Amino acid sequence: MATVATDAVLDYDEAMEKFDPVMGLEVHVELHTATKMFCGCPTEFGAEPNSQVCPVCLGLPGALPVVNEKAVESAIRIGLALNCEIAEWCRFARKNYFYPDMPKNFQTSQYDEPIAFQGHLDVELEDGSTYRVEIERAHMEEDTGKSLHIGGATGRIHGADHSLVDYNRAGIPLIEIVTKPMVGAGERAPEVAKAYVSALRELLRALDVSDVKMEQGSMRCDANVSLRPRVGDPLSEEQLAVPLGTRTETKNVNSLRSVERAVRYEISRHAAILASGGSILQETRHWHEDTGITTSGRVKSDAEDYRYFPEPDLVPVAPTRATVDALRGTLPEPPGLRRRRLQSDWGYSDLEMRDVVNAGAVELIEQTVAAGSSAAAARKWWLGEPSRRANAEGQDIVTYAAGLGLTPAHIAELDGLVAAGRLNDSMARQVLDGVLAGEGTPTAVADARGLELVRDDGALEAAVDKVIEANPDVAAKIRDGKVQAAGALIGQVMKEMKGQADAGKARELILAKLQ
Amino acid sequence: MTDLPTDLTRATAADLAHALASSTISSAEVTQAHLDRIAAVDGQVHSYLHVDGEGALAQARAIDERRHAGESLGALAGVPIAVKDVMATKGLPTTCGSRILEGWIPPYDATVVTKLRQAGLPILGKTNMDEFAMGSSTEHSAYGPSHNPWDLDRIPGGSGGGSSSVLASFQAPLATGTDTGGSIRQPAAVTATVGTKPTYGGVSRYGLVALASSLDQAGPCGRTVLDTALLHAVMGGHDPMDSTSIDAPVPPVVEAARSADVRGMRIGVVKELGGEGYQPGVRARFDEAVALLEELGAEVVEVSCPNFEYALATYYLILPSEASSNLAKFDAMRYGMRVLPEGVDAPSAEQVMAATRDAGFGPEVKRRIILGTYALSSGYYDAYYGSAQKVRALIAQDFSKAYDKVDVLVSPTAPTTAFRLGDKLEDPMAMYLNDIATIPANLAGVPGMSIPSGLADEDGLPAGIQILAPATKDERLYSVGAALEAALVDRWGGPILDRAPELGGVAAVKGA
Repeated sequence: MATVATDAVLDYDEAMEKFDPVMGLEVHVELHTATKMFCGCPTEFGAEPNSQVCPVCLGLPGALPVVNEKAVESAIRIGLALNCEIAEWCRFARKNYFYPDMPKNFQTSQYDEPIAFQGHLDVELEDGSTYRVEIERAHMEEDTGKSLHIGGATGRIHGADHSLVDYNRAGIPLIEIVTKPMVGAGERAPEVAKAYVSALRELLRALDVSDVKMEQGSMRCDANVSLRPRVGDPLSEEQLAVPLGTRTETKNVNSLRSVERAVRYEISRHAAILASGGSILQETRHWHEDTGITTSGRVKSDAEDYRYFPEPDLVPVAPTRATVDALRGTLPEPPGLRRRRLQSDWGYSDLEMRDVVNAGAVELIEQTVAAGSSAAAARKWWLGEPSRRANAEGQDIVTYAAGLGLTPAHIAELDGLVAAGRLNDSMARQVLDGVLAGEGTPTAVADARGLELVRDDGALEAAVDKVIEANPDVAAKIRDGKVQAAGALIGQVMKEMKGQADAGKARELILAKLQ
Repeated sequence: MTDLPTDLTRATAADLAHALASSTISSAEVTQAHLDRIAAVDGQVHSYLHVDGEGALAQARAIDERRHAGESLGALAGVPIAVKDVMATKGLPTTCGSRILEGWIPPYDATVVTKLRQAGLPILGKTNMDEFAMGSSTEHSAYGPSHNPWDLDRIPGGSGGGSSSVLASFQAPLATGTDTGGSIRQPAAVTATVGTKPTYGGVSRYGLVALASSLDQAGPCGRTVLDTALLHAVMGGHDPMDSTSIDAPVPPVVEAARSADVRGMRIGVVKELGGEGYQPGVRARFDEAVALLEELGAEVVEVSCPNFEYALATYYLILPSEASSNLAKFDAMRYGMRVLPEGVDAPSAEQVMAATRDAGFGPEVKRRIILGTYALSSGYYDAYYGSAQKVRALIAQDFSKAYDKVDVLVSPTAPTTAFRLGDKLEDPMAMYLNDIATIPANLAGVPGMSIPSGLADEDGLPAGIQILAPATKDERLYSVGAALEAALVDRWGGPILDRAPELGGVAAVKGA
């Protein structure tokens, strides 16, 4: 068993006193086009290995690429949504290096002529402030195949006795979005990194260009981190003038939480090395989700030479201005603006809205409100049991609900039953359980389970009298003006009524009788 | 139409097609005649790397049946053909003359091959070539050289020497070729056959194992200009599988070949192609051909293309650069040869790749991969690949300026007649110089053709004249080529190829 020596890390606060962090994020997004970037093979995730391949994406001798127009459109829309300029004329380039999961031993990518460049994305932070991430470029390329190393303890190539390659992923369209160096974030650097990837994911989801599932690899993040000496406030001129330090690139940081943790870890690790007089090795680092550390990958020297040159098998991509304008017309409302509009429409607090966004339930709530529910009820029901169960299953709420057949119409119907006075809160929870168990619509579940508030005031009044009589001491307190003591009696009344009573009504009756 | 000769292998493709159309003969007969000829002479010439007699006869019979059933068929239906081994053929080995692809059977057809099959041309087999089309002699084939039927000790040209020698030894009436720097035209010149490199994008590259993507162009090879035009019409046309394919109909090449008219045409003699380094006999035949064109009613002027001087240097930066990348896929991971490194217990993928590429590639391929890798390296890119692209643009400009003044350009196809096998093998520069006149057309993407101009006095071997036209004006090659061909047949009292010596029975191969 190989043991990995753990690197020294400096306490984060101490690191921040001494150093100023600078980040650069590279995000790879798999487009969810029906076919691959340069051939007609399907792109479905999780298919039988090597079942979605052809001469082109296998790199057979003689095969030639043809550009997927849909992917180019998606790239342009992403560029526009990131406030980028769109190239009037650009080419693909070959990035040459040997690797068994790359069929042609070059990746068809873009080099010095990206389709989109010079943009920005404004990212909202926890405290409501905004950080502007400058976008260097967004370019088109193809994904590689996937290597599976068998026989080793870690699933890595070292120690494995053989490897298998699945080329289904080879040729899937990728957009690589590269930021400019992100400076001035100071101690909030990890938060900014996470917020950026989160905002980007939200934007791409709104554009409907990708599944953006980090856990399936349809969105992947590489985080570059470097430190420079701290000489002043993060945004001060003297601080910004300090030259950048040597960076490391942490590969495949594949969850939002990991983005934050990996950046934070690398800052602390760099700080420990620099503080003890060492220097940072420019290298690739592997992120370990389980242990929360990075380990050294390959050393990335400047000598690494991909011998880029323009791809002679493809013609240049030259979108007309009319095409670009037409695509601009298809852009969705920017997620930030949309969020603010919905928050104001729904009357949510900042905290409530953030929970909804984090749960990925914005669209569900929007549809539920459209189906007639109150905004408060929609939030309450979606973020309750369904959200808890989705989390437990490791699924997002939309996928989870779709899998169960739970729809916004169901939630609106449930809210209607409560509003109409047929169900109280606890009965509504039981009904929702029934719907989640596949027993039918809320009304059907309520009918089947015989859930209906008792509207017979005589029965309720009798129960109230019975409870008052059984609790003379509590009744005395209420008579003395301790109204809050009524809660104890209400609970008992509800018990008497087997839960099928309106708690508000019970309270009214109790107070009327004792005041 | 002329009557068919008793030996069907001596007939032109046009005459065979005519006879097939009128059911005077069957495709099975024609195909069998060629298979018999292959059996008789290919032991000496070594044109074929693979002969598919059974497959060819099956296709021939199927065509005969369809014709018998009254189906309307393409102009060349039933005429057999030889296919250069650079083209992917489903179910037939495709080696590109390389060990590294030994035993590889493609699971798909190149678009050109699909077109041949659809047009009903039985495929006799795959023709020899320099490894990955790198060479001018077939001596770089991993499977041994082909021989020139005019003199078996001499080269049949390259890289398409398999296809040229097939035609010159009557082992097929038609053949396909690819031309990256002259691989169709130079072999045609040294064997007294005809070959066209169409406009870049005129014939699909899909399924052609790439040498240099921006230079490669497939084209037709035949013994007459009309035969070549008929095949050009079958091979050409738009292919959505090739992004660089021209989205336009094939130029009217057959009509041009039939009209054979040069009256009023302006023909430019390229000053820079034909002086020093050109064999006297080659120049003499070229000058006579130009004089003939003038007699036929064309106006001849001299044209200067000053940047052609740099064409060879430019070509030998661009070609190796693209080739180094195109050939990277041969890594033993998915197909072809796999060699395990000696003395390594559990070799890594990288070690297997290295061992395979070391064993699988010949010296010329390695030389060009190293050249190209170097030219693309950061720090050298601008000086080499970058500069070469600029000169390439200047060469294209020379052409467009010339075509402002003339309709076509002419030059000798190759500076010399066929040299002896082994003569230039140790001197790559001398080998490269063979393509000095043909390379500019590839750099500019314009079409070119070689037809026989006669026999050089000093060695009695064939020389060729090259005709070049503006991009997409391929038909002009055929107007000029057919007119000149007819005049030369008159002058020489018959096709020049008729003067080639008979191949002696099943004599042992000389020199190999």
